[in-house]
Parts: sequence; structure tokens; C-alpha cells
Amino acid sequence: MSDAVTAEELRKSYPGGVRALDGLTLTVRAGEVFGLLGPNGAGKSSTVKILTTLARPDSGRATVAGHDVLRHPERVRREIGVVPQRSALDPMASGRDNLTLQGRIFGVRGKALTRRVDELLDRFGLAEAAGRTVRGWSGGMQRRLDVALALVHKPGVLFLDEPTTGLDPEGRAEMWTEIGRLAADESMAILLTTHYLDEADRLAGRLAIVDGGKIVTEGTPEQLKGELRGDAVHLELRQPPDEPRARQAISHVAGLREVALEGRTLSARADDGAAAVPAALAALESAGIGVATVTVARPSLDDVYLRHAGRRFAA
Amino acid sequence: MTTLLTHTYWMTNRRLKVLIKQPAFVVIMLVQPAIWLFLFGNLFRRVVELPGFGGGDYLDYIVPGVVAMTAVSSSMWSGMGVLEEIERGTMNRLLTTPVARGAIMNALVMEQVLSLTVQVAAVILLGLAAGASYPGGVAGLLVLLIAALLLGTVFSALSNTVGMLARQRETIIGINTMLLLPLTFLSSAFMASSLMPSWMRTIADWNPVNWALDAARAAMTASPDWGVVLSRGAWLLGLAVVMLVLSTRTFRAYQKSV
Ligand SMILES: Nc1ncnc2c1ncn2[C@@H]1O[C@H](COP(=O)(O)OP(=O)(O)OP(=O)(O)O)[C@@H](O)[C@H]1O
Ligand SMILES: [Mg+2]
Repeated sequence: MSDAVTAEELRKSYPGGVRALDGLTLTVRAGEVFGLLGPNGAGKSSTVKILTTLARPDSGRATVAGHDVLRHPERVRREIGVVPQRSALDPMASGRDNLTLQGRIFGVRGKALTRRVDELLDRFGLAEAAGRTVRGWSGGMQRRLDVALALVHKPGVLFLDEPTTGLDPEGRAEMWTEIGRLAADESMAILLTTHYLDEADRLAGRLAIVDGGKIVTEGTPEQLKGELRGDAVHLELRQPPDEPRARQAISHVAGLREVALEGRTLSARADDGAAAVPAALAALESAGIGVATVTVARPSLDDVYLRHAGRRFAA
Repeated sequence: MTTLLTHTYWMTNRRLKVLIKQPAFVVIMLVQPAIWLFLFGNLFRRVVELPGFGGGDYLDYIVPGVVAMTAVSSSMWSGMGVLEEIERGTMNRLLTTPVARGAIMNALVMEQVLSLTVQVAAVILLGLAAGASYPGGVAGLLVLLIAALLLGTVFSALSNTVGMLARQRETIIGINTMLLLPLTFLSSAFMASSLMPSWMRTIADWNPVNWALDAARAAMTASPDWGVVLSRGAWLLGLAVVMLVLSTRTFRAYQKSV
């Protein structure tokens, strides 16, 4: 089966010289949820805009559902559902009218359309409000309608640009369940951008961290966390040690990996940092190397993010 | 082509549903031409006595003038609809669907054309109530309507183009304020062309507002000059088509900046 989305070396600058994408390459496989994670201005929305035929890249190639986004945008548009970062509803129309029109655009007609609209209203808990103009709806309801709109024509590839931003914790949890269901039951390929590490962790089968307009790392959440597996252990020594001696001493300590010595700082990784520290201290002490301070830190996606996007994540 | 038509239908339908939910706007839309008819009708009543004007009743004379001015002044705000769609994000959402690009623009024009039809009918009826006579009969009035709608299409599509390219309310307001009066007064809307200074008449010959008026006036007399009606009508139609195509072309530029 072919890939749902491929993007190769996408570059895009905006008038005024802002470089939004700088050689971004990614692949979303059929039926998977792919998470695109990154700080503000990283290029997540720019990527989505190009893949959904809204914007044109300056260079690079991309296909969605097997169609080239530049050569056959009209074919791509038939295959995709798009939830933009900012809600995009007709505020003066009712929820039902919003959905019905979207269906008509995709050529759904008559009874099939009515049935589909009812089904979506039900599924997103909007049936009761369906007849009221959307302007008076809560932000959470509007966001759910955004998602429902993207699904009217049962797209094969779904783009969700920060679908849960602005939702309360309960709303987020519901949206997660729904997204999980779409991926599982309807075997839709989903490209999801998010600011939330827990969201990516929970929903995405694979994820990529984008920063400065390119992908800086990519893999399953487990792989990415695994790269940093174990706690980070830092030992500050009293004085610069004799290197072979220190290494020799520490090599006998079970569970310590990736030992690095720089000046007076000795760092390593350990599956269980707290357990490894006493043994390390004893080994160094007995080799005559004094230790001034010890720190142990646990890894998280946050560390992955920090390491690759180069700054701590703040949601 | 059928896609363009059905999509234009649905997109127009969508905008009209919103329009009729704003009764205040509909009222203002009808009151404005009534005020102009009243003001200009009284203010300039005696210009018909000027030698060279040709006599007749001034009210008869300005009905097409007010219609043409209304056509321009209402339609030139069409670009605000474009900005509204962009700001609401609905433009971007529509652009990621298979909707015909032309249909998005055409719907905004159709919205103007349909409300303009109501306005033109109102002016004609008001004129009638005030004692205007229409020697050209129904055929003459129909030409007046069609000329006004073509004129509306030209300026609506132009305004949409400006909206798409400039993406700023101020630009549309500025252009409209700058254009409305010159366009109106460099035409035979309220003053016979024969009384204009010759340089003005030369400019007026290039003014689409004047084409619409020439066509309407030629058809609204007791013995219509169909040659003039057809030639001016063809120019207007040509310009309208060019403007519509131009407005749809702006999506290419939009794609670069979105
Ligand atoms: N229409 C535009 N015109 C000019 N610059 C733009 C435009 N859209 C995006 N940019 C710039 O391009 C860069 C990437 O923006 P993009 O919206 O793709 O980031 P993002 O990862 O989606 O960020 P966020 O998390 O804030 O949504 C930013 O520096 C942004 O300011
Ligand atoms: Mg974004």
C-alpha cells in the first residue's frame, strides 16, 4: 500500500523574508496517526497548508493519497479532510447548514447527505444545538464542528492542525477518544500537529519534531524516549581526575552507560539512577576520587523535545 | 462548467441566507437610493432648462442616473465580503475543498447582483410614484436593469480583486471614496454629456458608468436606438467577463501569501 502523505525537501518563504520551511521531509504511512510536534513558528501550519493545497511551496515535492499536490491539487482536495488551526465556520449559519453545505461541495446529495449530517451531529454531541447559529456556540462545540466538517465526505487522509488547542481537559479527552477511533475504525491516515507532548504520546503512532522549518528527529514516541532511556546522572568531581583511573573505577558499576567525562563533570545514563548513584560514589571514593555533587534526572518526551528543539517546552 | 454553475448556486445560497438575517442592512440598502433620487431630483430640477440639455422632465432624466450610481456604490463594497471570508478562515477552508475557485468569487458578485435587482426595482417604482414617465416601456426598463447589473458585476469583481490582493479594509474604503464621485459625475448620470467640457466628455467616453447610461437612455426613449444599446451592452459585458476572470486569477497570488 502506498504512503498517505509524502513530502520531500519542502521550502517556503513568505513575502518579507520569513523562512517558514527549510527542507522539510516527512512520510505518513497509510492508516497511521503521525504527530508533528514543534514550538511556535516551527512550520507546522505551513506544512499543513502546503499538503492541503492551500499554499504552494517555493520548491520541493509532495503527494497526498498518491496525488501530486502541485500537479493535481483538485484530486488531492477530494481525498482530504482539513481541520485548520483557527476555527473556520460560517458563524451566521446553523451547525446543520454548515455541515450540509460542506457535504454538497463534495457532491454528497439527498438522503445520503441528511443521514451523514445527522450521524456526525450525533457523534460529536452536537445534535441538540444543530439548529442554532454557530455564533452562539461554545468554543469546544465549534471545534468539534470543525472536525465534523472535515469528515463529511469520509476522507482517506485527515489533517488536524492543533485540534485540541483551546479545549478544556474534558473536551480534550473526548477529542482524543474520537481521533483514536477515526484512526482505528476508519483506518484513516491522520497528520496531527500539536503543542501537547502528552497528546502526541497518546495519539501518534509515529511523531516528528519540527523546528526552524525542518524535521529534527522522528520515530515512535517509544523510540524517541528510548534514545534518552534511563536517567541522566551527573557527578561533579572535586578535582579533575586522572581519566583512565576514573573510567576504570566507574566501569565496574552495574547499570551505568554512556559515560562521558569532561573536565570535572562525569555524566552517564542509568536505567535506575537512584540505585546506581551509591555504587558509583563508592567506586569513585575507593579509587580516591572525591565527588562534590550528584544530580539525577528522569527522561520524558519533554527531554526529547528539549534536546531537539533546543528549548524547553512551554504549553 | 456545470460544476462552476452548481457551486456558484450553493455558494450564493450560502451568502444570501446570511444577508436576509440582517434586515437593517436590507432597509439601508433601499433607503440610500431613495435619498439620492429625492436630493438630486430637487436640487438639479431646473438644469433641464439649460440651453442644450434638451428639455424634458428632470425626474425622468435622473432615474437611470440614480440607478447607475447605486449600482456602482453598492457593488464596490463587495470586497469587504472577501475580507470577511478570509478573516473568518472560511476562505481557507473552502480552498482546501473541491469547490470551483470561480464560484467563491461569483457568489460574492451574485449577492451584489441580486440585491441590486431589488434596489433598481425600488428606484423605478419610487420614480413612478413621484411622477416619472418611462416612454421606453418595459423593454426600456429591462435594459436599464441589465445595464445596471453588468455595471454592478464590473465593480463587484473589481472590488473582490482589490480585496484579495490588498487584504485590507482601508484600501477598499480609500479606493471607493476616491472613485465614486468622479465615476458618477464623469458620466451623464445627472448632467447631459453635451453640457460637459470637451475633455470631460472624452474621459466619459471611457467610463463604464457612461456606457451603462448610454445603453439605458437609448432604450428608455419612445423610439429606442438599439444599435447604441447593443454596442454599449457588449462593451459592458466584455468588461464584466474580464473582471470576473481577473478576480478568479487572484487565487494564484493569494496562494503565495497565505
Ligand atoms: N501568511 C504568512 N505570512 C507571513 N509569514 C507567515 C505566514 N504564515 C506563517 N508565517 C511565518 O512562518 C513561520 C512558520 O509559521 P507556521 O504557522 O507554519 O508555524 P507553526 O509551527 O504552525 O506555529 P504555531 O505553533 O504558532 O501555530 C513563522 O515564522 C510565521 O511567522
Ligand atoms: Mg500553526
